[in-house]
Amino acid sequence: MRRTARGIAVLASAAIALAVTACGNDATEAPTKTDPAALAAELTWWDTSDPANEGPAFKELITEFNKTYPNVKINYQSVPFGEAQNKFKTAAAAKSGAPDILRAEVAWVPEFASLGYLYNLDGSELLADESDYFATPMSANKFDGKTYGVPQVTDSLALMYNKKIFADAGITEAPKTWADVKTAAAAIKAKTKKDGLFINAGGYFLLPFIYGEGGDLVDTAAKKITVNSAANVAGIAVAADLVKSGAAVKPPANDSYGTMMTLFKEQKVAMIINGPWEVNNLRNAPTFGGIDNLGVAAVPAGSAKAGAPVGGHNYVLYSGMAQDKAAAAIAFVKFMSSATSQAFLADKLGVLPTRKSAYDIDKVKNNAIIAAFQPVVSSAVARPWIPEGGQFFGPLDTMATEVLVQGKDPKTSLDGVANKYKTEVVTAYSAG
Amino acid sequence: MSTDTATPARTSPPPRETRRPSRLRRSWDKHWYAWVMVAPVVLVLGVLIFYPLGRGILLSFTNLTEANQLAEICSKSITGTEVCKPNPNAWEVVGVDNYVNILTGKVGEFWQQFGVTLLWTVTCVVFHYGLGLGLAVLLNRPMRGRGIYRVLLILPWAVPAFVSAFAWRFMFNEQFGLINSLFESVGLDRVEWFADWKTALLTAIIANIWLGVPFMMVTLLGGMQTIPGEQYEAAEIDGATPWQRFVNITLPGLRSVSMTVLLLGFIWTFNMFPIIFLVTGGEPAGQTEILVTGAFRSAFEGIRNYSLSSTYGVLILSILLVFSVFYRRALRKQGEVW
Repeated sequence: MRRTARGIAVLASAAIALAVTACGNDATEAPTKTDPAALAAELTWWDTSDPANEGPAFKELITEFNKTYPNVKINYQSVPFGEAQNKFKTAAAAKSGAPDILRAEVAWVPEFASLGYLYNLDGSELLADESDYFATPMSANKFDGKTYGVPQVTDSLALMYNKKIFADAGITEAPKTWADVKTAAAAIKAKTKKDGLFINAGGYFLLPFIYGEGGDLVDTAAKKITVNSAANVAGIAVAADLVKSGAAVKPPANDSYGTMMTLFKEQKVAMIINGPWEVNNLRNAPTFGGIDNLGVAAVPAGSAKAGAPVGGHNYVLYSGMAQDKAAAAIAFVKFMSSATSQAFLADKLGVLPTRKSAYDIDKVKNNAIIAAFQPVVSSAVARPWIPEGGQFFGPLDTMATEVLVQGKDPKTSLDGVANKYKTEVVTAYSAG
Repeated sequence: MSTDTATPARTSPPPRETRRPSRLRRSWDKHWYAWVMVAPVVLVLGVLIFYPLGRGILLSFTNLTEANQLAEICSKSITGTEVCKPNPNAWEVVGVDNYVNILTGKVGEFWQQFGVTLLWTVTCVVFHYGLGLGLAVLLNRPMRGRGIYRVLLILPWAVPAFVSAFAWRFMFNEQFGLINSLFESVGLDRVEWFADWKTALLTAIIANIWLGVPFMMVTLLGGMQTIPGEQYEAAEIDGATPWQRFVNITLPGLRSVSMTVLLLGFIWTFNMFPIIFLVTGGEPAGQTEILVTGAFRSAFEGIRNYSLSSTYGVLILSILLVFSVFYRRALRKQGEVW
C-alpha cells in the first residue's frame, strides 16, 4: 500500500519535473510563454544570516520575487546560524518541521547530503549555468558525484587592516608575508603605541598558517590524516611566534572572536584576519571611522603560498519537501541566486557574489571592498568536503587555544588533534 | 502489574470456608481503587521515564549515530527520481565497546572531566550550604528590614540562569570585564581568567554559588522555623552560649532538611549544564568541561553520536546512583529515616 503510494508519487513527480524542465527550456527563449502567476506554492525558508544586519536585504529580495511570482508565498524564518545545523537535522530526522529551503553553511551540505536530507539538483534548471559559478564554492555542493545546492555567498579570510593606523606608523603597503606582518607590528607599536595584530584563537582562523606552508588537514584522496605534518607544525609555530613575540595580542580563551572585533572596531589593534561577513558591521561601527578606513588584502603568505579557506553559504532544498512544490522552489532559488540578486546583496551588505557574471555588474565592479576581496576568493582553498568536514574544527579549536593562549608546543598539540581525528572523526583514515 | 490487576478479576474466589483468599486477592479487594488511581501515573512514568531510560541503556551497546541509523539512504532528485541504496555502514550492536573506549580514554576525556566534575560539585555544594546556612541564621532573627533582605537575597533565583551566566561571563571578560577593571583600579594586574583551567573553573564556581545560595537559604530558613522556640528559651535559661545553641539545637533540628538538600544539591550541581556551558564554554581548550557538557560536545557536535551520548548518560546515572545509595546507607546508620 505504502509502496504503491510512493510509486505513484514518484511517477507524478517525474511528470511534474518533466513539465518543469520543459518550461524552463522554453523560458530561456521566450519568457512570456510561462505564466509565473500560475505557479502557486507555500515555501518555508530558513535564513541563517544575521537578522539585524543582513536579514532585511533578503526580505527585500523576497518582495521583489513576489512581484514576478505573486502566488508563491515565502515564509521567511530567521534561524540563528549557531542553531540551524542541529535544528535542521532534528527536524529532518523527525520528518516534521524542516523548512523547504535552507541557507546552509558550506560544510553542512556534504553532511546533510550523506544523511539523505537534501534533494540533489542534477538535471534541474538551477544547474543549467553551473559554469557561471566559481569552481571552489560550487565544489562544496558536490557529494558522491551529485550536486545538492547552489552557492549563495562565498567568503574567505583576508587581512583586514586599519588604514589610519598604517598611515600613522608610516606603512605604505599591506604586508605580504607573516614576516612582513611582524615588521609592521613592530613599527605600529613603536609609532602609535597600538597593537599590531589579533589572531582569533579558533581553528578556522589558523588555516591560513597551515595552507601557507602548503599543508592541509587530511588527504581525502589517500585517506590519510595529515594535520600533524611537518609543514603544519611549522605553520602553527609561525602563529605561536607572532603571539609570543608580541606582534599579535595574546587572545583570551573565552570569546576570542568578540574581543578581536571590539578591539578592531575601537581602533586598538591594526590588523585582523577575518572575512567579508564583518564588513557591514564595521561600516556601522561608530568608532571605526567609516568603511574608507578599512583596508583589505590577501592573507599573508607563509613559505609556500598565501592561502585562505573557502567559506560561505548555499541554498539547499530539503528532501522531505513535497515534489509538487519543486517548481516554485526552483524558481525561488533561481531568483535569489541570479546575478542581479547577488549584485544587490553585494552592494547592500558587502557579501561576495558566487557568480562570475555578477562581478561584471556595475554595482559590484565599483565596490572597492568587493574588488579587494575578489582575488582572495578566487584563490581560496577548498576544504575537505566530506560529511565529517564540520567535525574537524572542534579539535582544531582546542589546539588553537592550547598554542596561542596557553603557549603549548605546536607539535604536541597537533599530534593531539591527529589522534582525535583518528579515534573520533575519520576513523577509517590512516594516521599521518 | 497488569497481571496483578487482571488475575483476581477473572478467577472466581474459592469458597470462604475451605481456604482464605490469597494475600494478593485481599490486597486487591481492599485497595483496588488505589491501583486504579495510580495507574495513570505509572503509565505516564513508564512512557516518560522508563521507556527512554531503557532505550538509552540499549543504545549504549550499539554504535548508532545519525549517519548510520537508516538501513538505506535515499537520494532524491529534484527532477523526480529517487535512488536508494543500503547504508554501507548501518549500525550494529557492539557490546561494551563504548564503555571500554570512554573509560580507557580512547574517546573523549572521561577521567579528566570526572575529576573536574567532582571538584566543581564538592566546592559548589560546600559553599552553597555554608553560605545558605549563614544567611538563614542571620535572617532567622527579628531585625529591621528583614523582608527587604529576603527579597534581595532571593533575587539571583528570580533571574533566569542563562542571563546570570552571561552576566558573570562578561564580568570576567579579560579585556573589558568589570572584575579586571576593578583589579586594575586598585593597582593589581589583570587576570587572564580563562587561560588557566583553575581560574576558569573558579569563575564558573563563583557564578554557580551566586545562583545556588538562595535555594539553600530559603530551605534552611524554612527548616529553622520549624524548630520550636521553647528549645532555645530553655537553652538560654540553662546558660548556653549562642554557639552552643547553634550546634546543639539548630543543626540537629535542621538535620533532615539538610540531608535532603545536600543530596539534591549534589545531584543538581553534578549535572549543572548551563553554567559551565555558558560561563567558561569549557575553555581553556576543554579543560573545564564537566561530564554533562563533555557528553554534550562529544555527542552533539557534527554528526550526532547517539550511542556515545547514551553511554555517557548511563555512566553519569550510575555514578549518581552509587553516590545516592552510599549516602542513604550512611544516613540510615545514623538512625535517619529517609
